[in-house]
Amino acid sequence: MTARLTRDDVAKVALLGRLKLSAEELERMTSQLGRVLEYVDILNEVDTQSVEPLAHPIELANVFREDVERPCLSREEALANAPKTDGRFFVVPAILDVNH
Amino acid sequence: MSLLDATASQLLDAIAARKSSAVSVATAFLNQIAAHDARIGAFLHVDREGALKQAAQVDEKLRARQPLGKLAGLPIAIKDVVCTRGLPTTCGSRSLQKFVPPYDAELIRRLRAADAVILGKTNMDEFAMGSSTENSAFQITRNPWDTERTPGGSSGGSAAAVAAALAPLAIGSDTGGSIRQPAAFCGVVGMKPTYGRVSRYGLVAFASSLDQLGPFASDVAGAAALLEVIAGHDPRDSTSVDRPVPDYRRSLERPLSPLRIGLASEHFAEGLDAEVAASVQRAADVYRSFGADIVDVTLPHSKYGVAAYYLIAPSEAASNLARYDGVHYGHRAEKFDGLIDMYATSRGEAFGPEVKRRIMLGNYALSAGYYDAYYLKALKVRRLIRQDFDRAFEKCDVLLSPVAPTPAFKVGELVDDPLAMYLSDIYTLSANLAGLPGISLPGGQSSSGLPIGIQLLGPPFAEETLLRAARMFERETPWHTKRPAMAVAP
Repeated sequence: MTARLTRDDVAKVALLGRLKLSAEELERMTSQLGRVLEYVDILNEVDTQSVEPLAHPIELANVFREDVERPCLSREEALANAPKTDGRFFVVPAILDVNH
Repeated sequence: MSLLDATASQLLDAIAARKSSAVSVATAFLNQIAAHDARIGAFLHVDREGALKQAAQVDEKLRARQPLGKLAGLPIAIKDVVCTRGLPTTCGSRSLQKFVPPYDAELIRRLRAADAVILGKTNMDEFAMGSSTENSAFQITRNPWDTERTPGGSSGGSAAAVAAALAPLAIGSDTGGSIRQPAAFCGVVGMKPTYGRVSRYGLVAFASSLDQLGPFASDVAGAAALLEVIAGHDPRDSTSVDRPVPDYRRSLERPLSPLRIGLASEHFAEGLDAEVAASVQRAADVYRSFGADIVDVTLPHSKYGVAAYYLIAPSEAASNLARYDGVHYGHRAEKFDGLIDMYATSRGEAFGPEVKRRIMLGNYALSAGYYDAYYLKALKVRRLIRQDFDRAFEKCDVLLSPVAPTPAFKVGELVDDPLAMYLSDIYTLSANLAGLPGISLPGGQSSSGLPIGIQLLGPPFAEETLLRAARMFERETPWHTKRPAMAVAP
């Protein structure tokens, strides 16, 4: 099922996964992941045509609870671990480029 | 009786009978940590002040003859993957180096309600990804039996803490063997309960359909006592199962008769150390001597377990770890160029090599064009693995197997060979794929004096059977009484 994993494939997945990798990491990752993907190819030996996937060990139906208000974290507690806040909100860089 | 040599049950009795105060018990373990943990590296944070305060409260309750919780005064070490209000919870990751949870996990709430005394937080592979505790961003943990060797992982800090008598009890998490394998490497008892038995609320997620919290202790009774407290339904974890929790300790000394022990030929595969194989066979003989039937069973898909697991677990991890974006909590880079680069740079700086590999592998397996070939295929094989177990448990009550292919390996031996490290999980991870309970207990010693564990696996919610079967073996064998030289009180 696998074409050989290339450095470009790894770079693309790193971008999608929002993970900055150095050139050296990219190189090492390509060979290490390549070996793991070669290994997992043994799954192709198994005939799974009539098998349903098992995503979860206890196949629960939806679990509902009453939709009632309950106590939650205070604003202060919720912001306490944030790398950057103004005391009221989480502060992030501009999402929209103002020049466009 | 030295407090450090005592089992959890002996300590509970001594405190309840007021032969030892909870403060003196906590102090003994805190002092042992201060004296010996520099060589082991089991703890990331020790909460001396908090532990002594909790212990003093237990003593006060005793004096006032107030009702006591089931673990009154028992010190316990917690893997640093469980949220503890006001106490750092780093998951062994630079990304959470400064994270202090604003709430307690359900497991911590239960431990506090049971009057347990929380000593501190133990080292682990970053986000529980690893089998040697070498992937922590902060320190490695060494095996108390031989400090050149790893304690196993990912709950290596908790296993080493119990082995070195730094704590009588500890909590670990097990996603592919992360309680059972370090228990085997360190010569202690470790149990992974059935998926859904223990609430995951406040357990930092690695792979949500596989993660489960469980106990470490120096003997089976200690594990039973701790499981009894942490098990049970929690509405805040929708996968926690609403069924009664048996009184595991009460039935523990009752032998199982009849008892059918299954042995699967697939559990004696190529690469299994001869001394480990011999320990498992000798354990089968011990059970035979009780009149148990030894039954041959087959798990034809078990050889695909590692491949299925290392697609499913990283896929779930890639999704779970997307939350570390440097906005709500966690590390944020100092320098970046725009929002996307802030995410990528922060994550690139915050995660170690193994976590990066798993995120990459997971995102690859889930990405367009590969989803069917990898992730979905692995889920189908997962069902076949589960069906193998269902069929096996029609013929036997428990399965007896190795825990790991070898005793504890050396620090640095596998760390640069991810695939070899993954293959060392071969005997444990199928239980996670199938959601089954398993217990690892001391079952022998290698010629070089390292502990060898044996594993018992059972059908869903067979914890009581596993504990009783484990106790039958423990009662007739000396292995659980062996302690590494450093843990023996002077």
